[in-house]
This record gives sequence, structure tokens and C-alpha cells, in this order.
Amino acid sequence: MAKQNGVPENCGRELIQLEAAGLVYGRAPFLVEALSPTSLRIGQGDFIALVGPSGCGKSTILKLVSGLLRPTSGYVFVAGREGGAQEVRIGMAFQNPTLLPWLTVRQNVMLPLKIVPPFRADWRRKKKTEFRDRADALLSKVGLTGFGDHYPWQLSGGMQQRASLCRALIHDPTLLLLDEPFGALDQFTREELWETLQSLWLERKPTVILVTHDLRESAYLANRIIVMSARPGRVLDDQAVPFARPRTIDMTYEPSFVALTHRLRGLIVAAKSRNEAELEAAA
Amino acid sequence: MKENISRTMSSAALIVGFFLIWEVLCIAFGISDVILPKPSQIFLVMWERWPALLPHAVQTLYTTMVGFAWGVVLGVAIGVLIGSFRLAYDTAYPLLIGFNSIPKVAVVPIFVLWFGSGTVPAILTSITISMFPIVVNVATGLATTEPELEDVLKALKATKFDILWNVGLPRTAPYFFASLKVAITLSFVGTVISETVASNRGIGNMMMTASSSFNVPLVFSGLFILAGMGIALHMLFSFIERRLTHWAHRKSEFATV
Repeated sequence: MAKQNGVPENCGRELIQLEAAGLVYGRAPFLVEALSPTSLRIGQGDFIALVGPSGCGKSTILKLVSGLLRPTSGYVFVAGREGGAQEVRIGMAFQNPTLLPWLTVRQNVMLPLKIVPPFRADWRRKKKTEFRDRADALLSKVGLTGFGDHYPWQLSGGMQQRASLCRALIHDPTLLLLDEPFGALDQFTREELWETLQSLWLERKPTVILVTHDLRESAYLANRIIVMSARPGRVLDDQAVPFARPRTIDMTYEPSFVALTHRLRGLIVAAKSRNEAELEAAA
Repeated sequence: MKENISRTMSSAALIVGFFLIWEVLCIAFGISDVILPKPSQIFLVMWERWPALLPHAVQTLYTTMVGFAWGVVLGVAIGVLIGSFRLAYDTAYPLLIGFNSIPKVAVVPIFVLWFGSGTVPAILTSITISMFPIVVNVATGLATTEPELEDVLKALKATKFDILWNVGLPRTAPYFFASLKVAITLSFVGTVISETVASNRGIGNMMMTASSSFNVPLVFSGLFILAGMGIALHMLFSFIERRLTHWAHRKSEFATV
């Protein structure tokens, strides 16, 4: 769908709508297709996991939705508007904690309150009272009680990632974008944070898009799993996750759960070998 | 802590030793005062002529501080501009390098032509000479800011100014303070160059007058005063730097603990 054809109809029913959105990097003849035209709809309050091998454009979708990148073809609507509406508050956590090294953990967590309306207007008045308490409450929820005055480098990688999660949540986002936030953590820390994230989600019900390459993680956390193929990325499968909430870590070892992740794994592996065969044929 | 004290003591001893060797060599080889005065003599002259030297020192310090302050203001402004906008970078950078390649002594007569001799050309020379390292460092700091850190604010739909204020400038602070320490000493150089060429006050002028009457110990005492003021201000900015950018100096913290 070309840009000049105008805005497609019935946009805006869902919170997020990708209409044949694609992204191409670089200049000819060195074009890299990061995401081939993809269409996707995500409803308000849903918890979506995007899974697939690395380089399949999962992170590109997040960047398109957050407005960090613009699609080179097609459309991305957030709350019915291209480029995202101001009233949709976005919280984002990246693969690296990306805490600002000159701020304490608490100041880092409070940063969105300084930037995002409506909190922004009250920043000067409330930064030492209400906002501070809010940050401390959130920090204690992820097990960082008493670390507010530390600097990021004084924390372990897992602790930094927790703080980064707090920063993504502090301004009560309606849309939470998580780009492999647990990728660099050990398994036990990761599972602990899954539980934390699930309880935070059950409490506030933001719309979440979680990018991950961990199938267990996606099936534990999400309502809907979207499987993508590599280079260029496209949607292979869109799978609802039927398990009741709150889910427990033990559930991830039950046969029905294992069967689900196993099927997803099969899809990804098949797509990968198909891809390699195509490349060989082309060469 | 104990290690710290012994480090300070040994460096102080070495500095005193440097002056002692100078003194001894002057006596041993019978070097004339007109060629190289003994340190003891220089300090003595400084002590005796202090009432006459003080106004010159104050004049030089005042001129330098005014020039330095403007150098910082302009340097940061231009540095932010160059570091934030591609077009500004492409146009201003070659211009600045060209300008900085000009020996500042050659510029002083032009300033004198425009503003007459005295304090104004000295301040202007001081500004032009101290601005450059600040511009380069601020621009470099901004240009090398990690895009990941900027993305954190961009995802929150922050304005360009928000990003500059909350990420760009704090990230640049260590570069900025490093350049201040270079700039403050350069600022003295600018002032004194201008004072030697076109002024009837200041350490530079005093040294010119003293050398024309072959009063070499007085010339050297002028140099010592400049060096002393330079060291004092350098230390002041090091102190401020450590207080404000401790997050970027973790290594030295570990070394002293």
C-alpha cells in the first residue's frame, strides 16, 4: 500500500495498528530490509509477545510503535494516529538497562515524571514528596528497597534491569514496550522478574508488547504470541495463550505448556531452514 | 588515607627539590642575574616589590577572569550549536580551526585598532584563545552521546531541549570540565600577550617594562605570579569538577579508597 493512497479505512478501532508497515535501511544498492510489510492489530489491554530468531524485525516493530523510527512504507497507527498520539503514554525498557550514569537510581526512575505530561507540570512541586514516594514504592515492588540513592554502577546487571523496568512503569503507561528486557539475566532472576511483571500487569492492565527470543517467557507472560521469521521479518503465526492467570513458574513445566512452546519452536526452526534453503538457491 | 598523605608529601618534596637544584646550579656555575636569577632572589624581589606588583596582578587576574567567563559562555553556546546541528558543525568547524590556527599575537593589533589599548583588547584576546578548547570538547561530548540514552527520552516524546538538558549536557559535563582546566591557563596566556603589546597595566606590561631595564629578577617574579595564579585556578576547577562529575571518575575513587 503506497503512502499516497491515503489513510486506510477503519483505522483506530484498535490501540495499535500496523498496516503493511515496512522498514528499509540504507541507500541503494546497499538496502537492508529490516521489516517486510507487516500488518498487525493489537487491542487495548492486551499482552503480546513477539518471538523469533534474531534479526527478524521484532525490535523494529517496537521502534515503529514507539515512534523512534518511521516506517518507510505502510502505516503505523497508535490510538488512531500516525506517529502516535500524545495521550498514549509509552513506557519503554530496552535490552540494556540504559540508566543515566549521573543520576541516582531513584532519579533515573523518576525521569519520565519530569518529561511526560501531566506529571511534568507538577514536577517542581512534587519531586521531593509525592513523586519520590511513588518511585520508592515501585522500587520496593521489584525488590530494590533502599537502593534509591545508589548510582547505577553500584548495582548488578539484574538490579539495573529492575530499575529500568521501574522507569518504564513509573508514569502509569497505557502502552508498555519491552525489548528483550530480561535477555541478559540468569534464569532465576529472569523468572523472578516474570512474576513481578505479571503481577504489575494484572494490577494496572497496560497494553504490553514484549519482544523476546525466549519461548517460555513469551508463553508465561503473554496473552497472544506472534511468531516472526528472519530476514526479512514477517508474521508466521499468531497464537493465543489459553492458560489462566495468575500463572506460576511451575506451570511452565506442565505438558500443555511444553506442547505450546514446542510447537512454536518447530515453526521457527522450519522457517529458518526454509530461509537458508532459499538463500542457497539464490546463491 | 595514609598513602594519600605520603603521596602529597613526596610530590611536595620533589617540587622543593627542583627549586633547590636550580639555586645550587646558579651558584655553582656563577650564572649572572641578568641571564637566570636564583629562585631565592626571585622570591625576595616578589616580597620587596609586593605593593607595586599587587595592582598589576589584580589587573591581570581581573582581565583573565572576565575573558575566561565570556570564553565559557560563548564556548558552551557555540559548542552546543555545533554538537547539535549537522549544518552548524559543517560550517563552523573549519572556520574555528582556521581561526585557532592564527597566532593570537597577530590579532592583538587589530583589537587595539578597534578598541584602543588597555583592558578591552586583553579581554578579547583572552576570550578568543580560551574559547576553542571549550567549543571542541562540548561539541565532542554532545556528538558522542550514546543514542541509546537519547532513545530513553525520545520514547517519552521529549522535546529536543528536554533531551539536551537531561542527557546531552550532563553527559558532556566531564568533557566540559576537562576543557575548563585547559581554558583557564590559556586565558592567562591571552591576557598577558595583549598586555605586553598594548597596555600600561597588568603583569604582561610590568614584565615588558622590567625587561627593558634589564631587571630580570622582576621579570621572573612576574612569571612566578602568573604561574601561581594559573595553578590556583586550575586547582579550583579540578575541585569543582570532582564534585560535579564524580560519576565519570569512578576509577580514581577506587584508587584512593
